Amino acid sequence: MSGTSGTSGTSGTSGGAFLGMPSFPEAAAVSTQDRQLRANLSHATRTIREKRARAVAELADWAELRAAGKAIKDHTLRHLDHYLLQLEAAVTTAGGTVHWAADAAEANRIVADLVLATGEREVVKVKSMATQEIGLNEALAAEGITAYETDLAELIVQLGDDRPSHILVPAIHRNRREIREIFAERMADWGRPAPEGLTDSPAQLAEAARLHLREKFLRAKVAVSGANFMVAETGTLVVVESEGNGRMCLTLPQTLISVVGIEKVVPSWRDLEVFLQTLPRSSTAERMNPYTSLWTGTSDGDGPSAFHLVLLDNGRTTALADQVGRQALRCIRCSACLNVCPVYERAGGHAYGSVYPGPIGAILTPQLRGTASEIDASLPYASSLCGACYEVCPVAIDIPEVLVHLRERVAGQGGHRLERAAVKAAGFVLDHPGVLAAGERAAAKARRLLPRRLPGPGGAWTDSRDLPDLPTEPFRDWWQKNRPQQDS
Amino acid sequence: MTSTGRERVLARIRAAIGEAGSPGEEAPDGIPRTYLSAHRSEDPAALLDLLHENLVDYRAVVHRTTEHELPATVARLLAEHGSRTVAVPADLPPGWLALAVAGAAVQAVVDDGALTAAQLDSVDSVLTGCALAVAETGTIVLDAGAAQGRRLLTLVPDHHICVIRAPGQIVASLPRALPLLDPVRPQTWISGPSATSDIELDRVEGVHGPRTLEVVLVTGSRGRPGPSGATRLSPGRRGRGPHGPE
Ligand code: SF4
Repeated sequence: MSGTSGTSGTSGTSGGAFLGMPSFPEAAAVSTQDRQLRANLSHATRTIREKRARAVAELADWAELRAAGKAIKDHTLRHLDHYLLQLEAAVTTAGGTVHWAADAAEANRIVADLVLATGEREVVKVKSMATQEIGLNEALAAEGITAYETDLAELIVQLGDDRPSHILVPAIHRNRREIREIFAERMADWGRPAPEGLTDSPAQLAEAARLHLREKFLRAKVAVSGANFMVAETGTLVVVESEGNGRMCLTLPQTLISVVGIEKVVPSWRDLEVFLQTLPRSSTAERMNPYTSLWTGTSDGDGPSAFHLVLLDNGRTTALADQVGRQALRCIRCSACLNVCPVYERAGGHAYGSVYPGPIGAILTPQLRGTASEIDASLPYASSLCGACYEVCPVAIDIPEVLVHLRERVAGQGGHRLERAAVKAAGFVLDHPGVLAAGERAAAKARRLLPRRLPGPGGAWTDSRDLPDLPTEPFRDWWQKNRPQQDS
Repeated sequence: MTSTGRERVLARIRAAIGEAGSPGEEAPDGIPRTYLSAHRSEDPAALLDLLHENLVDYRAVVHRTTEHELPATVARLLAEHGSRTVAVPADLPPGWLALAVAGAAVQAVVDDGALTAAQLDSVDSVLTGCALAVAETGTIVLDAGAAQGRRLLTLVPDHHICVIRAPGQIVASLPRALPLLDPVRPQTWISGPSATSDIELDRVEGVHGPRTLEVVLVTGSRGRPGPSGATRLSPGRRGRGPHGPE
């Protein structure tokens, strides 16, 4: 074990919180002491960062693509009901069935009933943040249904009885020796055992996964997926992937169930020309990812004969109602913000206590789940507001702006317990000089992007605190002036 | 139950966004689409070279040939791979496999719509055409159209040989490609063979899809790229392929 897990397993209840999660500073403190984890993480984030910068630099019109992506998503969110209804009609016409789930429990119920109706007790799954968010695997297990993760990293996580720590590379906290051990010890419990004499070469480990999972693909009758995009005008769903497990799940089974957050809709087919340029370059630093699957309802004799789309709210409409926080719903889950974040690099993904780690997690989770728990209240403080995340975001989400906005909310709700958690999270940032140094370097570049004064009621708060004024007042100094009196 | 979920979600959305309603007055055309429709020269020879380069960069094995030489190229690639069986869509142009199957060195397994994934799992190779290719990203688009077959055909076998006609089927960029593609058709966009970087970020070829992708660029062909492989691929007989043992 890497020693990074607070508790394992997600709750299957509404909100999908990691129950019993320690708050950010406690989980982060454990992670930073784990040398293996830190070494894996900093190697990984540095590698991706450099490759990504090169991939983005290849496109002279990156800024224009970013502006278009932001505008498309903002437009869609302003008319979200319209586009979801258009999507529903198009999917239905193409032979699919659309379901709506207000929360995690409803979504899990719908999926479980659909699976049970097929008579099957096994499903294969493509990596999907939405199904992790709602704790679908656990909910299905409670109904006697086994869900097999088929993404290599998710397989490593599932076999290791572990939790993902990165959006894109969920097993980023595991090195090859640990992975070999997990495969050798656990594969037999889940199906085809690992080959004799398995070494820790990545090629051999991948081959072991290929053999282990192929048996499941050929047998599976039901698959569960998410989607990266849904096109309202055509009813098309899009899944972007590398390994081919997505293609297997989307093509071979008879029944396909896709659980997708309502914010994933885009108006037109043409909009894909923007996101399918920015997403691969920003996430895996590739001109294009190895496989992209696009499907519209069902096709005769090709692929599943039954297709169900479950549209998931689960807190998204709460974020939508918040004028400042809404922009978090533009996120296309590229994970670029994780890889540039000095706090993420040192704290690790598990510290964020949800399936959404890093800067995006710090602004999304408190909006989806509220700020009533210690971990959720502490998340907006797990940042030095350096602005590097905004710089790289392909849909221009102003993460620092939302963090400041959410801090206001946490500060406003009172309660010593939550405030202490928040203070400790901020303390974590301060206790790691590297975080601040990196933050302040980046801040020099990002400062013009930070809000001087928040619009709306947040304005009064920023007036009295000067928080975003980074260049003249580094975070450290601001902290000295503003740290709550009851700091422990 | 489902319909109440629907009404609840829609009501929450409407409460959150106010009375924005139909986008009518704020059409999506208002989106600033000042990005480029192509990043490089669209000269056909340049596009061919760019596609070639990007395919190789993502570790596809690329060959160039002519219409005349295509059957010999296909036969050679199958022989070099040691393939005894090759899956093909029913409407593969008959000439493509003519030399490979002559002398029964290779057996064609023609998909009549009933081939199962388990059957395909024991087939050595698959040979198809494509709908179009995108030079800037090194992407091949399959849309289950002419000479491509159903999606599982190009997914299960471990070795995929894909024929692209140049310049006819090559476009520069995604903005050039999307208007030519029909959203109704199931599509697979392929950019290099299956890969993962999940183990310490080392790129490893081939987890679940074909581990070897060989691309044959056939130069000197006419035709335009488009949905369902609208390029004129040897019109003529439809239905069963050249030699169709099953
Ligand atoms: S917030 Fe932006 S950078 Fe971060 S994962 Fe989402 S889209 Fe990517």
